[in-house]
Amino acid sequence: MTQKKNKTNGKGTIFWQVAGVSVFALILVLVKELGLVSTSVLLILQYVGIYSILALGINIVNGYLGVFSLAHAGFMAIGAYVSATLSKYVFMNDWMFIISIFLGGIAALLVGILVAIPSFKTKGDYLAIITLGFSLIIQSVLQNANFVGASQGLNNIPKFTNIYWVFGCLGVAVILVDRFIHSKYGRSLKAIREDQTASMLVSVDVRRIKTIAFALSAFLIGVSGALISHLLGYTSPSAYGFTNIVDGLVMVYLGGMGSIIGSIFGSTAWQLIVQLLKNLGTWRWVVGGGLLVVVMIFLPKGVFGYMELKDIGHKVKGFFNGSKHREDQ
Amino acid sequence: MNTFVQQIINFLQLGSIYALCALSFTMVYGVARLVNFAHGSIFGVSMYVLFFASTYLFNVIESTWLVYVISLVISCIVTSLIALLLERVAYTPLRNAPKVAVVVSSVGAGMVIEYLILNIAGSKALRMPSLIPNIKFDLLGVSVPLYKFMIIIIAIITMVVLNIVIKKTKLGIAMRAVSQDRVAAGFMGIQTSKVVSASFVFGAIIAAVAASLYGTAYSIFAYDVGESIIWWSFIAAVLGGIGSINGAVLGGYIIGAISVLAPIILPVSSYKDIVAFAVLIIVLLVKPTGLLGKKGIEKI
Repeated sequence: MTQKKNKTNGKGTIFWQVAGVSVFALILVLVKELGLVSTSVLLILQYVGIYSILALGINIVNGYLGVFSLAHAGFMAIGAYVSATLSKYVFMNDWMFIISIFLGGIAALLVGILVAIPSFKTKGDYLAIITLGFSLIIQSVLQNANFVGASQGLNNIPKFTNIYWVFGCLGVAVILVDRFIHSKYGRSLKAIREDQTASMLVSVDVRRIKTIAFALSAFLIGVSGALISHLLGYTSPSAYGFTNIVDGLVMVYLGGMGSIIGSIFGSTAWQLIVQLLKNLGTWRWVVGGGLLVVVMIFLPKGVFGYMELKDIGHKVKGFFNGSKHREDQ
Repeated sequence: MNTFVQQIINFLQLGSIYALCALSFTMVYGVARLVNFAHGSIFGVSMYVLFFASTYLFNVIESTWLVYVISLVISCIVTSLIALLLERVAYTPLRNAPKVAVVVSSVGAGMVIEYLILNIAGSKALRMPSLIPNIKFDLLGVSVPLYKFMIIIIAIITMVVLNIVIKKTKLGIAMRAVSQDRVAAGFMGIQTSKVVSASFVFGAIIAAVAASLYGTAYSIFAYDVGESIIWWSFIAAVLGGIGSINGAVLGGYIIGAISVLAPIILPVSSYKDIVAFAVLIIVLLVKPTGLLGKKGIEKI
């Protein structure tokens, strides 16, 4: 259904996209340059943007492809370390930041292609364990690698990240993912999610598609790692452990699998919960955890599971028109 | 020779603890087919109950053994109740939901429990009172403390008892049936929801036993004690084959062996994780269902 709509309204959609992006850019400029919001809010906005990119990346494999992967901590670490090292020693200028972001993403992408290999054969929880193993191996390697500061991590990374970079990257990521999932590859991705054997029978090249999905996912996650390391100015292996894995999963599944707006919503909501409940001290994790349980009980697919904004619009319209037409996923 | 014997005992001790943890994890995992990320917090709860119960009891009772037994029983009861509550609140409403929803809700429930512990008991690391008399034995010229033997013995007793329960009793047979096919088990007149609750209780009790052994072996712990335990038991359970009791035990001992051997062979002790995961990945690539998965091995 989404496909049809895209084809018929092709030009209109692009117009609205461009309009949306420009309005958004204008808001960003106003927010940043006129100092409409405090520095801490600005920081939260940057976190939201960065984690949205991360959630988008995770969503390609975990949501659209339907593979339960825990490799994101590893990809993020690779992206962060590669880009941080590059901008510390090679690309030391502000404008060259784009190169180190890109190369950080590419490094993660190359590793992502390798990580895709086990997914050809193994499935389910076994694959989850393999990808978890990958993440923790990366963490261990970084903890022992002296040339990147071992367990101390990297310090004095130039703080290139600002709100333009973050939301610029997020915009590119959204367009990239949107184009990808509406392409031939994206449709194959969903076919594999629904039934791998059946999709093989209609000559979907499962290995190729899975490799591409993992590569793109790793690229986006690597970019988010690059951004966060340049935002904080330091990075250490302990940041890419269990907590990071769980955080990533929570954001994706809270927002909803297989949905761009869901990824953004999930990371925004989770960051807001974490930041707004700061006054509660350690009680905020109790409240946050309880909220997760409640949301999952009432919305087991996440808030935007397999839906985009326009699907929601249709649902609302259908509701008001009293139409009996049911929306399927 | 001396170091060899010592390492063997260390391996058995660590392996037994890992095996028990993996067993407790695999109870719920095998029967209800869900990855219970809140299990680490259950482990933490039993650790704290044990600590407070035994610290209090040492003021009242002289005998160390008696204190151990009583506080273990208290810990088992409290932990089971919390596990049941957890099942009611975070799992039962999600029975027909997609699997990931249950994963996220278990992560949330685990966070709630873990940080409740933190807020009630404080973030300070605690020291478990020694629950087993401090006697040393002489074994092949090496002096070995009694508690190391007891850990191994208690772990083995627990495993044997569990095996008998799963194989011979009606409840155990029902659990295996639900594990194999939940719908068909329901048709045969098994009350599947009760069996799932039972698996939560079993998991909690084994976790309490494992926690008492862990506390004896390492004594110092904090509120996040269950966090890494849960991942390693997940790994051990998957390595052995999901839902297989013997597999979980085997996986636990393999992880224990790697943890003991790797620091001896490799230059840096923290490479042990790398080795453990390398072994794991190779095993799963060769045999994608774990070591003892499928192939006519019984699944709980």
